[in-house]
Amino acid sequence: MNLLEVRDLSLEFKTRSGTVHALQDINMEIGKGETVGIVGESGSGKSVLSFAILRILDAAARTRSGSIQFAGMDMLGASERSLEEVRGREISMIFQNPRTALNPIRRIGRQIEDVLATHTSTLREDMKKKAIEALARVRIPDPERRYDAYPFELSGGQCQRVMIALALACNPQLLIADEPTTGLDVTTQAAILSLISELAKERKMATILITHDLALASEYCDRIVVMHAGHVVETAPVAEIFRRPRHPYTARLIASTPAPEQSIATLASIPGSLPDLRRDDLPSCRFHARCERAQEDCISKPLPNAAVRCLHPL
Amino acid sequence: MNATLRHVKYVATENLVTLGAFILFSGFVLLALFGPWIAPYDPLASDTLAALKPPSAAHWFGTDSLGRDILSRIVVAARLDFGIAVSAVAASFAAGSALGAIAGFFGGWADRIIGRIADTIMAFPLFVLAMGIVAALGNTVANIVIATAIINLPFYIRVARAEVNVRRNAGYVEAARLAGNSDLRVLALHVFPNTLPPMMVQISLNMGWAILNAAGLSFIGLGVRAPQAEWGIMVAEGATYIISGEWWVALFPGAVLMLAVFTFNLLGDGLRDIMDPRMRT
Repeated sequence: MNLLEVRDLSLEFKTRSGTVHALQDINMEIGKGETVGIVGESGSGKSVLSFAILRILDAAARTRSGSIQFAGMDMLGASERSLEEVRGREISMIFQNPRTALNPIRRIGRQIEDVLATHTSTLREDMKKKAIEALARVRIPDPERRYDAYPFELSGGQCQRVMIALALACNPQLLIADEPTTGLDVTTQAAILSLISELAKERKMATILITHDLALASEYCDRIVVMHAGHVVETAPVAEIFRRPRHPYTARLIASTPAPEQSIATLASIPGSLPDLRRDDLPSCRFHARCERAQEDCISKPLPNAAVRCLHPL
Repeated sequence: MNATLRHVKYVATENLVTLGAFILFSGFVLLALFGPWIAPYDPLASDTLAALKPPSAAHWFGTDSLGRDILSRIVVAARLDFGIAVSAVAASFAAGSALGAIAGFFGGWADRIIGRIADTIMAFPLFVLAMGIVAALGNTVANIVIATAIINLPFYIRVARAEVNVRRNAGYVEAARLAGNSDLRVLALHVFPNTLPPMMVQISLNMGWAILNAAGLSFIGLGVRAPQAEWGIMVAEGATYIISGEWWVALFPGAVLMLAVFTFNLLGDGLRDIMDPRMRT
């Protein structure tokens, strides 16, 4: 049985300038201990999807249809109380910009203890030891001293390590990492991602890695979900997706990933931009206007409900 | 604890103005705590033979129309004036920051209702409103505290609302929610403590203002009543003698009042620096 199953999820935001069709017919599943990458350009709905899984969307969000099952629990029907139980204990999340994700006026050790106090039955006298252990596990040098540090005293990479320590403090079954390395330099990036994948393996924890960096996802994920304009356009194992991308958008995305010894001039970009998701007459394939393989039926014919959601795949 | 003390020392010595404000403030606190034991004379004992005597070695600040020692009365009055100011500010800080935080955090209807309450209070000339409240509720010290607390309320509501509002969607707030904290926990434990440094400045400024307000009410005859020593009443009593040349009766209590307000205004910056951990490096 899968750990997480998203079925036919459609979600909208009611705004003053119209309804934003943010997600449509999303299907996705994650097995225990699996690492799945969600890739797509900015605005494709990657973060909205992860917020929807945790049910921490803005009040303007409406779920139109579909279901989200996590470890047998119906996330859409669950009460706020039981959701609070799940958040941070069963599903954790880390995001980009770790510096702002830590409370600036609390010592980091205290912040870890907060999480332990909320979700575990750790005794008060063990708290400090556990917090220092958590810091040591994410390889923060000199954890006893760092326990007393404020976030502004740490580097960006160290802040992200603290975030990971916070997220993993309760041994969650699923970690959602929303662009965890954006804004960190390349060496730190590699160190952070290796740390995440190592800890994930060690605990048999499933991971969703949200990124717009396809190369990064290919290195750390088992399977890749490509999103575009609120659709999942293609789902495939990593090896497959690079050897033979089926959806035109995936192919363009791979072509636009820079490789060494490639000059900027030869780097392909994807023409056009995301369609305005407030339109009520969105074509059934939302990539239609940007696609060189587009045909008449792309506008109105429903998309196949398969791993590759394209009427004319490559 | 040790680190906190070292930090306080650092903030105080780094800026001489702050240090001066802290020294003055501790002086006032000592007067408020130990006034009755420090005062050289009984503040209520009249001595008609010594009435309206100018400052001298025996009576440093002179005596008033009943021959009471003005220095002793000023010293003893510190407790009452500070008591009124501290309790009024504490009450309006507690109520105002809670209301403001709710308005800023939840927005929508809560924000609209609380915002309009603050606007309504602000629409009155505040001193006149305080007079009205004391006149309506009855002429007691407790009612002076209530009136002062009410007229200060909008300032706290506004500062708390603004400070909470800009932090509502900060990363650590989102993170706290993701970690399974309920809205109220997020607000109370993660957002609100972050607003304390700017609130501190407001509290300190307000304190001076509250003292002035309490003294003002007494000056016009509301609240604290005559023989009791209070700076506002003393200025009021002395005011009649300024024309006839007995300047010291009104000058000294007025000067102390001014000094107290001055101290609180300077204190704000120092307090904020102590509260803000970012100043600790």
